Amino acid sequence: MQNALKDFEKFDPQHLPLFEPLAQGHRACQGCGEVLALRLAAKALGREMIVVSATGCMEIISSAYPQTAWRVPWLHVAFENSAAVAGGVDAALHIMKEKGKIARDDIPILVVAGDGGTADIGLQALSGALERGHNFIYLCLDNEAYMNTGIQRSSSTPYGAMTTTSPPGKLSIGENHFKKDLPAIAVAHKIPYVATVSPAFYLDLMNKVRKASLIKGPAYIHAFSPCPTGWRHAGRYAVKMARLAVQTRVFPLYEVIDGKYILNRKTPKPKPVAEYLKLQKRFAHLTDGDIEIIQEHVNKEYERILKLSEEVDLETKFTSTFQQHIDRLKQQMDEAYQKMREEIVHH
Amino acid sequence: MSTRMPIEVSIAVSKAVQQADVDVIAAYPITPQTHIVENLSGLVANGELEAAFINVESEHSAISTVIGAAAAGASTFTATSSQGLALMHEILFIASSLRLPIVMVVANRALSGPISIWNDHSDIMAERDIGWIQVFCETGQEAYDAIFHAFRVVRDPTVQLPMIVNVDGFNLTHVIEPVFLFEPEEIKDYLPEHRQALRLDIEHPITMGPVGVPEVYTEAKKQVEEALLNSKQVVMAAWQEFGQRFGRSYAPVEAYRADDAEVLLVTMGVISRTAMTAVDRFREAGKAVGLVRFRLWRPFPRAEFQEAVRHARILAVIDRHISLGALSGPVCLEVRAALFNLPDHPQVFGFVLGLGGRDVTVDDFCDIVERAERYATAGPEGDYTLIGLREV
Repeated sequence: MQNALKDFEKFDPQHLPLFEPLAQGHRACQGCGEVLALRLAAKALGREMIVVSATGCMEIISSAYPQTAWRVPWLHVAFENSAAVAGGVDAALHIMKEKGKIARDDIPILVVAGDGGTADIGLQALSGALERGHNFIYLCLDNEAYMNTGIQRSSSTPYGAMTTTSPPGKLSIGENHFKKDLPAIAVAHKIPYVATVSPAFYLDLMNKVRKASLIKGPAYIHAFSPCPTGWRHAGRYAVKMARLAVQTRVFPLYEVIDGKYILNRKTPKPKPVAEYLKLQKRFAHLTDGDIEIIQEHVNKEYERILKLSEEVDLETKFTSTFQQHIDRLKQQMDEAYQKMREEIVHH
Repeated sequence: MSTRMPIEVSIAVSKAVQQADVDVIAAYPITPQTHIVENLSGLVANGELEAAFINVESEHSAISTVIGAAAAGASTFTATSSQGLALMHEILFIASSLRLPIVMVVANRALSGPISIWNDHSDIMAERDIGWIQVFCETGQEAYDAIFHAFRVVRDPTVQLPMIVNVDGFNLTHVIEPVFLFEPEEIKDYLPEHRQALRLDIEHPITMGPVGVPEVYTEAKKQVEEALLNSKQVVMAAWQEFGQRFGRSYAPVEAYRADDAEVLLVTMGVISRTAMTAVDRFREAGKAVGLVRFRLWRPFPRAEFQEAVRHARILAVIDRHISLGALSGPVCLEVRAALFNLPDHPQVFGFVLGLGGRDVTVDDFCDIVERAERYATAGPEGDYTLIGLREV
């Protein structure tokens, strides 16, 4: 386990911080699950942070000049380069602190990008910045399509979903690929912290963001972000969707700390994926057979994560049993030595 | 005292960057920019330059990284060429719109295709509208000095714009020239400390790079243009003080044997030296030929240029970029635009040469002058003339 997380203090649900770095009054759609995830992540970090935003929904809804919803320093440059920009901010803070030009460099940098800005056009910049080990928290707000431009598919759009560029038709089921596994790509960079979060599990989300801020080096957090506008469900269902996605195993909540998987919320009795799919019009065209394919894929992915996290469990168990054994042996040796000493003194 | 020594121009440039107390350098290798950033990374590795050197994964990320660093308040530098500059294209406009003081060297090289690593100006001529201050250098000394000018200008609180120093690839970057190099204490107080009024600061949170709705977009662009136009005074003041202190004077437009010239060559960059030899040759033959060279390209030094060419009858404007489908190269187009509304302006003829590293010779300039004179009486052959085109 990371040293930085040794004395980790979770948020107390009864005493959550009151300060909202992302103010109310922004222009997000009614029931937006994405802005909820962003607001919670920002709240977890508080007043002392710098936000670097990619172009996307969260950028346009929060920054239309002359207004801004941001109470903390915020920088937007372009769509595909937020990780590179954040790397520059990180490097500047450190070298300027070293040269005595500024007083502090321990300010968390929160990078905010959508699934398009992360999985597609921003993937190269993200990979480069992760490889270089910049100290930032990259928050991918995954609403599973290009919502800002009018619901076009991204490589994070799930199998079977209808978007304006993956319409179902005589020859098409809709989106015909399974979504790109971004957390796994982040893990492959061997960064210290990767996590998935959901706005329906707000304490889990905030705690993970706080953990990410304590760890040195890059952290990647993948946030499930229901989009009533793009997913075609009632605005009041955003949190319900986020919860159902976890309960149906569509979006398992897990952490990967120094490469070790921890499944945070096991769902031994999952709800069928149909329950999640049927509330969204983007999946309305799917047949029972199509849903069966999705169910199988979800089962397989969940099993994969579960297995990875159990490997850690086994290893932890083994390590702790082994340690107990050693401790016992040590104690026996100490006792024997003490006994010998006493006998010698006695003589 | 500064000492004059033979040095590769790329190394001289990196030494100037070293002396400018830069904080963050981000770069991606591309020929012929490489020697500059290699040397800088060496200086950082040896502790001779206290800076963060970030090896990024593309030029797009190089410019993005220096933007992030500059927004955080750091003094920043990057360098690129050709395809690398083209890859930065989208972000260059944002750098000036964010009013960030970044210094970049462009080792000018042809744009693909076909792919060519050799010198011309097609990379930078595709970036005319980006809102950066831009200068062109003729010699190694000028390139070295220009780095100090650039850092001084971008650090001026009234400017807050990025600046490009154009250094011709290979023909200048890789040439060993005698250059006066400063001792650190000599140049130190010429450069102001890097202090950025607006930066990402938790004590004074600001929103940088917001959405420009139709009601504000026009004004936002106009503000950048005003800043760019106003920067000329600061650039000229920086040159003036430099001249007074170190004896090397610079002006937005340089003239060579131009006062009484009937025909003027109009050039930029390193080929101007070859053009001056051609001018000398004509002068020896008793012909009134001179040369005018742009050092400052953005903002366009209209008044200085008009003044420099006022008495000439014919201008032969050289472009090192072919603007496909246009009426001539971009320099010639702007020269025409600068003169068109003047009552008695010279005749202007456009010439394109030295593309993709094709050698530019004294004879080429003699040919250009003779053609320009012929065009003035018999009319031009087409919208512009491509010099040295071989029959294929």
